[in-house]
Amino acid sequence: MTWAEQLLGCLQSSEIDLAIYVPDEVLTPLIDGASADPGMDAFAASREEEAIGIAAGYAMGGRRSVVMMQSSGFGNSVNALASLVVPYQLPVAMIIGERGVLGEFNPVQVPISRAIRPALDALGIPHRTLERPEDVEPVASRVIQQSFRTGSPSVLFINPLLTGGKADR
Amino acid sequence: MSANRTAYRVMSRNDLTRRLVSHLSGNEAVIAGIGNTNFDLLDAGHRPENFYMLGSMGLAAPIALGVTLAQPDRRVIALEGDGSILMNLGALTTIATLAPANLTVIIWDNGLYQITGKQATATAGPTDIVRVAESCGIPQSYWATDQSHFEQLVTTAVSTNGPHFIAARVDDASATARPERNPVLWRDRFMTGIGTRAERSV
Ligand SMILES: Cc1ncc(C[n+]2csc(CCOP(=O)(O)OP(=O)(O)O)c2C)c(N)n1
Repeated sequence: MTWAEQLLGCLQSSEIDLAIYVPDEVLTPLIDGASADPGMDAFAASREEEAIGIAAGYAMGGRRSVVMMQSSGFGNSVNALASLVVPYQLPVAMIIGERGVLGEFNPVQVPISRAIRPALDALGIPHRTLERPEDVEPVASRVIQQSFRTGSPSVLFINPLLTGGKADR
Repeated sequence: MSANRTAYRVMSRNDLTRRLVSHLSGNEAVIAGIGNTNFDLLDAGHRPENFYMLGSMGLAAPIALGVTLAQPDRRVIALEGDGSILMNLGALTTIATLAPANLTVIIWDNGLYQITGKQATATAGPTDIVRVAESCGIPQSYWATDQSHFEQLVTTAVSTNGPHFIAARVDDASATARPERNPVLWRDRFMTGIGTRAERSV
Protein backbone atom coordinates (compact mmCIF):
# COMPACT_ATOMS: atom_id res chain seq x y z
CA MET A 1 0.00 0.00 0.00
CA THR A 2 1.18 3.52 -0.74
CA TRP A 3 1.29 6.14 2.00
CA ALA A 4 -1.77 7.78 0.41
CA GLU A 5 -3.77 4.55 0.49
CA GLN A 6 -2.79 3.97 4.11
CA LEU A 7 -3.77 7.51 5.07
CA LEU A 8 -7.06 7.30 3.19
CA GLY A 9 -7.78 4.12 5.18
CA CYS A 10 -7.17 6.06 8.42
CA LEU A 11 -9.60 8.78 7.32
CA GLN A 12 -12.24 6.18 6.50
CA SER A 13 -11.84 4.30 9.77
CA SER A 14 -12.04 7.64 11.62
CA GLU A 15 -15.47 8.26 10.05
CA ILE A 16 -14.27 11.24 8.05
CA ASP A 17 -16.58 11.68 5.07
CA LEU A 18 -15.42 15.03 3.65
CA ALA A 19 -12.06 16.30 2.40
CA ILE A 20 -11.74 20.06 1.88
CA TYR A 21 -8.52 20.99 0.15
CA VAL A 22 -6.44 23.64 -1.50
CA PRO A 23 -4.28 21.58 -3.84
CA ASP A 24 -0.69 20.55 -3.20
CA GLU A 25 1.23 18.42 -5.66
CA VAL A 26 2.63 15.88 -3.22
CA LEU A 27 -0.84 15.41 -1.70
CA THR A 28 -2.35 14.69 -5.14
CA PRO A 29 -2.61 10.91 -4.63
CA LEU A 30 -4.45 11.50 -1.36
CA ILE A 31 -6.74 14.16 -2.84
CA ASP A 32 -7.45 11.94 -5.85
CA GLY A 33 -8.06 8.96 -3.58
CA ALA A 34 -10.52 10.93 -1.45
CA SER A 35 -12.26 12.27 -4.57
CA ALA A 36 -12.63 8.75 -6.01
CA ASP A 37 -13.88 7.24 -2.72
CA PRO A 38 -17.65 6.67 -2.88
CA GLY A 39 -17.90 7.14 0.90
CA MET A 40 -16.27 10.54 0.83
CA ASP A 41 -16.95 13.94 -0.70
CA ALA A 42 -14.02 16.12 -1.71
CA PHE A 43 -13.88 19.66 -3.04
CA ALA A 44 -11.47 22.56 -3.35
CA ALA A 45 -11.84 25.74 -1.30
CA SER A 46 -10.45 28.97 -2.72
CA ARG A 47 -8.24 29.64 0.29
CA GLU A 48 -7.04 27.69 3.30
CA GLU A 49 -8.75 29.83 5.95
CA GLU A 50 -12.00 29.33 4.06
CA ALA A 51 -11.40 25.55 4.14
CA ILE A 52 -10.92 25.77 7.91
CA GLY A 53 -14.14 27.77 8.31
CA ILE A 54 -16.03 25.11 6.35
CA ALA A 55 -14.47 22.35 8.46
CA ALA A 56 -15.42 24.23 11.65
CA GLY A 57 -19.06 24.45 10.51
CA TYR A 58 -19.06 20.80 9.48
CA ALA A 59 -17.74 19.78 12.91
CA MET A 60 -20.38 21.82 14.74
CA GLY A 61 -22.93 20.26 12.38
CA GLY A 62 -21.95 16.91 13.86
CA ARG A 63 -19.75 15.39 11.15
CA ARG A 64 -16.05 14.83 10.54
CA SER A 65 -13.96 16.33 7.78
CA VAL A 66 -10.28 16.76 7.03
CA VAL A 67 -8.54 19.85 5.61
CA MET A 68 -5.65 19.26 3.18
CA MET A 69 -3.20 21.96 2.20
CA GLN A 70 0.41 22.79 1.36
CA SER A 71 2.66 24.17 4.09
CA SER A 72 2.50 27.58 2.40
CA GLY A 73 -1.26 27.45 2.97
CA PHE A 74 -0.72 27.41 6.71
CA GLY A 75 0.17 31.09 6.34
CA ASN A 76 -3.31 31.66 4.93
CA SER A 77 -4.89 29.80 7.84
CA VAL A 78 -3.51 31.43 10.93
CA ASN A 79 -6.35 33.76 11.90
CA ALA A 80 -8.99 31.09 11.30
CA LEU A 81 -7.08 28.84 13.68
CA ALA A 82 -6.21 31.53 16.23
CA SER A 83 -9.61 33.23 16.47
CA LEU A 84 -12.03 30.39 15.66
CA VAL A 85 -10.74 26.82 15.90
CA VAL A 86 -8.53 27.22 18.99
CA PRO A 87 -10.73 29.45 21.21
CA TYR A 88 -13.98 27.65 20.26
CA GLN A 89 -12.19 24.30 20.77
CA LEU A 90 -13.20 22.70 17.49
CA PRO A 91 -11.88 19.40 16.14
CA VAL A 92 -10.35 20.41 12.80
CA ALA A 93 -7.96 17.77 11.47
CA MET A 94 -5.38 19.05 9.00
CA ILE A 95 -3.04 17.22 6.65
CA ILE A 96 -0.22 19.43 5.39
CA GLY A 97 2.08 18.56 2.50
CA GLU A 98 5.46 19.78 3.64
CA ARG A 99 7.56 21.95 1.33
CA GLY A 100 10.66 23.96 2.15
CA VAL A 101 12.60 21.09 3.74
CA LEU A 102 14.87 18.18 2.73
CA GLY A 103 15.84 19.15 -0.78
CA GLU A 104 13.52 22.08 -1.53
CA PHE A 105 14.46 23.94 -4.73
CA ASN A 106 12.26 27.02 -4.32
CA PRO A 107 13.54 29.55 -1.76
CA VAL A 108 10.07 31.07 -1.18
CA GLN A 109 8.87 27.80 0.36
CA VAL A 110 11.54 27.83 3.06
CA PRO A 111 10.60 30.67 5.46
CA ILE A 112 7.06 29.47 6.20
CA SER A 113 8.40 25.95 6.70
CA ARG A 114 10.67 27.35 9.42
CA ALA A 115 7.78 29.27 11.03
CA ILE A 116 5.08 26.63 10.91
CA ARG A 117 6.00 24.39 13.87
CA PRO A 118 6.83 27.26 16.26
CA ALA A 119 3.53 28.87 15.25
CA LEU A 120 1.58 25.66 15.87
CA ASP A 121 3.33 25.25 19.23
CA ALA A 122 2.49 28.84 20.18
CA LEU A 123 -1.16 28.19 19.27
CA GLY A 124 -1.17 24.94 21.24
CA ILE A 125 -2.04 22.85 18.19
CA PRO A 126 -0.54 19.34 18.34
CA HIS A 127 1.34 18.16 15.26
CA ARG A 128 3.18 15.03 14.13
CA THR A 129 5.35 14.46 11.09
CA LEU A 130 4.97 11.36 8.93
CA GLU A 131 8.32 10.31 7.48
CA ARG A 132 8.28 6.50 7.43
CA PRO A 133 5.64 4.26 5.81
CA GLU A 134 5.34 2.10 8.93
CA ASP A 135 4.37 5.16 11.00
CA VAL A 136 1.48 6.28 8.79
CA GLU A 137 -1.28 4.06 10.12
CA PRO A 138 -0.43 4.05 13.86
CA VAL A 139 0.41 7.74 14.09
CA ALA A 140 -2.24 9.14 11.76
CA SER A 141 -5.14 7.19 13.19
CA ARG A 142 -4.19 8.14 16.77
CA VAL A 143 -3.70 11.82 15.96
CA ILE A 144 -7.04 12.01 14.13
CA GLN A 145 -8.93 10.10 16.81
CA GLN A 146 -7.51 12.31 19.54
CA SER A 147 -8.48 15.41 17.58
CA PHE A 148 -12.15 14.41 17.42
CA ARG A 149 -12.34 12.87 20.88
CA THR A 150 -10.82 15.87 22.61
CA GLY A 151 -12.35 18.59 20.44
CA SER A 152 -8.97 19.92 19.40
CA PRO A 153 -7.34 20.77 16.08
CA SER A 154 -4.41 18.67 14.87
CA VAL A 155 -1.83 18.64 12.10
CA LEU A 156 -0.21 15.73 10.29
CA PHE A 157 2.79 16.77 8.19
CA ILE A 158 3.45 14.70 5.09
CA ASN A 159 7.23 14.89 4.83
CA PRO A 160 9.35 14.48 1.65
CA LEU A 161 10.95 11.38 3.18
CA LEU A 162 7.54 9.72 2.90
CA THR A 163 6.45 11.05 -0.49
CA GLY A 164 9.74 11.62 -2.29
CA GLY A 165 8.96 15.35 -2.27
CA LYS A 166 8.31 17.55 -5.25
CA ALA A 167 10.72 17.41 -8.19
CA ASP A 168 11.98 20.63 -9.78
CA ARG A 169 10.56 20.66 -13.29
CA MET B 1 -29.83 41.92 -12.14
CA SER B 2 -29.36 44.95 -9.98
CA ALA B 3 -29.49 48.62 -10.85
CA ASN B 4 -27.15 51.06 -9.15
CA ARG B 5 -27.17 50.27 -5.42
CA THR B 6 -27.50 53.94 -4.52
CA ALA B 7 -31.08 53.70 -5.79
CA TYR B 8 -31.98 51.47 -2.82
CA ARG B 9 -33.17 52.56 0.56
CA VAL B 10 -30.75 52.70 3.47
CA MET B 11 -32.43 50.78 6.28
CA SER B 12 -31.86 50.13 9.97
CA ARG B 13 -29.65 47.04 10.42
CA ASN B 14 -31.19 46.41 13.81
CA ASP B 15 -34.73 46.58 12.41
CA LEU B 16 -33.89 44.35 9.42
CA THR B 17 -32.30 41.81 11.75
CA ARG B 18 -35.53 41.73 13.77
CA ARG B 19 -37.57 41.33 10.60
CA LEU B 20 -35.30 38.47 9.52
CA VAL B 21 -35.68 36.67 12.85
CA SER B 22 -39.46 37.15 12.79
CA HIS B 23 -39.59 35.19 9.50
CA LEU B 24 -37.64 32.21 10.82
CA SER B 25 -39.79 29.19 11.53
CA GLY B 26 -37.68 28.00 14.43
CA ASN B 27 -34.91 25.63 13.47
CA GLU B 28 -32.84 27.63 10.97
CA ALA B 29 -29.19 27.95 11.94
CA VAL B 30 -27.89 31.52 11.78
CA ILE B 31 -24.13 32.15 11.66
CA ALA B 32 -23.52 35.80 12.47
CA GLY B 33 -20.28 37.52 11.48
CA ILE B 34 -17.93 39.63 13.56
CA GLY B 35 -19.06 42.80 15.35
CA ASN B 36 -22.33 44.63 14.75
CA THR B 37 -23.73 41.74 12.72
CA ASN B 38 -23.82 39.36 15.66
CA PHE B 39 -24.50 42.11 18.22
CA ASP B 40 -27.77 42.93 16.46
CA LEU B 41 -28.66 39.26 16.04
CA LEU B 42 -28.40 38.85 19.80
CA ASP B 43 -30.41 42.05 20.25
CA ALA B 44 -33.21 40.51 18.16
CA GLY B 45 -33.53 37.81 20.84
CA HIS B 46 -31.22 34.88 21.45
CA ARG B 47 -32.12 31.68 19.63
CA PRO B 48 -30.37 28.37 20.42
CA GLU B 49 -29.59 27.97 16.70
CA ASN B 50 -27.55 31.20 16.61
CA PHE B 51 -23.77 31.12 16.32
CA TYR B 52 -21.93 34.32 17.29
CA MET B 53 -18.49 34.89 15.77
CA LEU B 54 -16.28 36.69 18.25
CA GLY B 55 -13.45 36.77 15.69
CA SER B 56 -12.56 35.07 12.38
CA MET B 57 -13.54 38.07 10.26
CA GLY B 58 -14.89 36.93 6.90
CA LEU B 59 -15.70 33.35 7.84
CA ALA B 60 -19.47 33.50 8.45
CA ALA B 61 -20.28 32.17 4.97
CA PRO B 62 -17.71 29.33 5.07
CA ILE B 63 -18.88 28.25 8.55
CA ALA B 64 -22.49 28.35 7.35
CA LEU B 65 -21.51 26.33 4.27
CA GLY B 66 -19.96 23.69 6.54
CA VAL B 67 -23.19 23.47 8.58
CA THR B 68 -25.30 23.13 5.40
CA LEU B 69 -23.13 20.22 4.21
CA ALA B 70 -23.32 18.47 7.58
CA GLN B 71 -27.08 19.06 7.93
CA PRO B 72 -28.63 19.17 4.46
CA ASP B 73 -32.14 19.17 5.94
CA ARG B 74 -31.63 22.34 7.97
CA ARG B 75 -31.79 25.83 6.49
CA VAL B 76 -28.68 27.82 7.29
CA ILE B 77 -28.25 31.58 7.07
CA ALA B 78 -24.92 33.43 7.05
CA LEU B 79 -25.14 37.06 8.20
CA GLU B 80 -22.10 39.06 7.24
CA GLY B 81 -20.96 42.69 6.94
CA ASP B 82 -19.73 44.12 3.64
CA GLY B 83 -16.18 44.56 4.93
CA SER B 84 -16.21 40.96 6.13
CA ILE B 85 -17.43 39.40 2.89
CA LEU B 86 -14.82 41.45 1.00
CA MET B 87 -12.14 39.66 3.02
CA ASN B 88 -13.18 36.28 1.60
CA LEU B 89 -14.91 36.81 -1.74
CA GLY B 90 -13.51 33.47 -2.88
CA ALA B 91 -15.99 31.80 -0.53
CA LEU B 92 -18.79 32.91 -2.87
CA THR B 93 -17.20 30.90 -5.69
CA THR B 94 -17.12 27.78 -3.51
CA ILE B 95 -20.77 28.32 -2.55
CA ALA B 96 -21.66 28.78 -6.23
CA THR B 97 -19.81 25.60 -7.17
CA LEU B 98 -21.37 23.41 -4.45
CA ALA B 99 -24.72 25.22 -4.71
CA PRO B 100 -26.19 24.02 -1.39
CA ALA B 101 -29.97 24.32 -1.62
CA ASN B 102 -30.28 25.11 2.10
CA LEU B 103 -27.91 28.11 2.29
CA THR B 104 -28.70 31.83 2.34
CA VAL B 105 -26.07 34.55 2.62
CA ILE B 106 -27.26 37.96 3.82
CA ILE B 107 -24.97 40.99 3.60
CA TRP B 108 -25.45 44.13 5.69
CA ASP B 109 -23.87 46.75 3.44
CA ASN B 110 -23.16 50.01 5.25
CA GLY B 111 -20.22 50.81 2.95
CA LEU B 112 -18.05 50.90 6.06
CA TYR B 113 -15.71 49.05 8.30
CA GLN B 114 -17.94 50.55 10.93
CA ILE B 115 -16.69 49.01 14.12
CA THR B 116 -13.03 49.87 13.51
CA GLY B 117 -13.66 53.57 12.91
CA LYS B 118 -16.01 53.90 9.91
CA GLN B 119 -13.41 53.62 7.18
CA ALA B 120 -14.98 53.26 3.71
CA THR B 121 -15.21 49.83 2.05
CA ALA B 122 -15.15 49.18 -1.68
CA THR B 123 -18.93 48.79 -1.65
CA ALA B 124 -19.20 52.50 -0.84
CA GLY B 125 -17.45 53.02 -4.18
CA PRO B 126 -17.54 51.02 -7.38
CA THR B 127 -18.18 47.49 -6.05
CA ASP B 128 -21.73 46.14 -6.23
CA ILE B 129 -21.72 43.09 -3.97
CA VAL B 130 -24.87 41.59 -5.55
CA ARG B 131 -23.25 41.72 -8.98
CA VAL B 132 -20.18 40.14 -7.45
CA ALA B 133 -22.29 37.26 -6.12
CA GLU B 134 -24.06 36.87 -9.48
CA SER B 135 -20.75 36.82 -11.31
CA CYS B 136 -19.41 34.20 -8.91
CA GLY B 137 -22.27 32.00 -10.06
CA ILE B 138 -25.08 32.53 -7.54
CA PRO B 139 -27.99 33.48 -9.81
CA GLN B 140 -30.49 34.11 -6.99
CA SER B 141 -28.71 37.25 -5.78
CA TYR B 142 -30.77 40.33 -4.98
CA TRP B 143 -30.68 43.76 -3.43
CA ALA B 144 -33.46 44.42 -0.94
CA THR B 145 -34.96 47.65 -2.22
CA ASP B 146 -36.97 48.38 0.94
CA GLN B 147 -38.16 46.68 4.13
CA SER B 148 -41.07 44.78 2.64
CA HIS B 149 -38.95 43.62 -0.26
CA PHE B 150 -36.37 42.37 2.25
CA GLU B 151 -39.08 40.39 4.02
CA GLN B 152 -40.24 38.93 0.71
CA LEU B 153 -36.70 37.89 -0.17
CA VAL B 154 -36.24 36.25 3.24
CA THR B 155 -39.56 34.41 2.94
CA THR B 156 -38.48 33.04 -0.44
CA ALA B 157 -35.01 32.16 0.84
CA VAL B 158 -36.30 30.07 3.75
CA SER B 159 -38.91 28.25 1.68
CA THR B 160 -37.30 27.55 -1.72
CA ASN B 161 -34.09 25.95 -2.98
CA GLY B 162 -30.97 28.09 -2.82
CA PRO B 163 -28.30 29.13 -2.59
CA HIS B 164 -29.79 32.58 -2.00
CA PHE B 165 -27.86 35.82 -1.66
CA ILE B 166 -29.49 38.97 -0.27
CA ALA B 167 -27.82 42.32 0.30
CA ALA B 168 -29.34 45.32 2.04
CA ARG B 169 -27.99 48.82 2.42
CA VAL B 170 -27.96 49.56 6.13
CA ASP B 171 -27.25 52.42 8.49
CA ASP B 172 -24.36 52.75 10.91
CA ALA B 173 -26.31 52.95 14.15
CA SER B 174 -24.26 51.47 16.98
CA ALA B 175 -25.36 48.02 18.02
CA THR B 176 -25.88 47.90 21.77
CA ALA B 177 -26.02 44.19 22.63
CA ARG B 178 -22.84 42.20 23.27
CA PRO B 179 -22.65 38.42 23.41
CA GLU B 180 -20.67 37.20 26.40
CA ARG B 181 -17.01 36.77 25.34
CA ASN B 182 -17.07 33.04 25.89
CA PRO B 183 -16.40 31.06 22.69
CA VAL B 184 -16.96 27.60 24.19
CA LEU B 185 -20.30 28.69 25.69
CA TRP B 186 -21.60 29.75 22.26
CA ARG B 187 -20.22 26.64 20.59
CA ASP B 188 -22.03 24.44 23.10
CA ARG B 189 -25.29 26.38 22.92
CA PHE B 190 -25.19 26.34 19.12
CA MET B 191 -24.46 22.61 18.95
CA THR B 192 -27.20 21.91 21.45
CA GLY B 193 -29.52 24.11 19.37
CA ILE B 194 -28.84 22.18 16.17
CA GLY B 195 -28.94 18.80 17.87
CA THR B 196 -25.28 17.81 17.75
CA ARG B 197 -24.59 18.00 21.45
CA ALA B 198 -26.67 16.52 24.22
CA GLU B 199 -27.67 18.90 27.01
CA ARG B 200 -26.16 17.47 30.15
CA SER B 201 -26.60 18.44 33.74
CA VAL B 202 -23.33 18.35 35.59
C1 LIG C 1 -8.49 39.34 10.25
C2 LIG C 1 -8.97 40.59 10.86
N1 LIG C 1 -8.68 41.78 10.29
C3 LIG C 1 -9.15 42.91 10.84
C4 LIG C 1 -9.91 42.89 11.97
C5 LIG C 1 -10.44 44.17 12.58
N2 LIG C 1 -11.87 44.29 12.26
C6 LIG C 1 -12.82 43.82 13.11
S1 LIG C 1 -14.37 44.09 12.57
C7 LIG C 1 -13.79 44.91 11.21
C8 LIG C 1 -14.73 45.55 10.24
C9 LIG C 1 -15.83 44.67 9.79
O1 LIG C 1 -16.52 45.37 8.80
P1 LIG C 1 -17.98 44.91 8.39
O2 LIG C 1 -18.02 43.46 8.24
O3 LIG C 1 -18.40 45.72 7.20
O4 LIG C 1 -18.88 45.26 9.65
P2 LIG C 1 -19.23 46.69 10.30
O5 LIG C 1 -18.18 47.00 11.28
O6 LIG C 1 -19.31 47.71 9.19
O7 LIG C 1 -20.55 46.47 10.96
C10 LIG C 1 -12.40 44.91 11.17
C11 LIG C 1 -11.59 45.54 10.09
C12 LIG C 1 -10.17 41.62 12.54
N3 LIG C 1 -10.90 41.48 13.67
N4 LIG C 1 -9.69 40.51 11.97
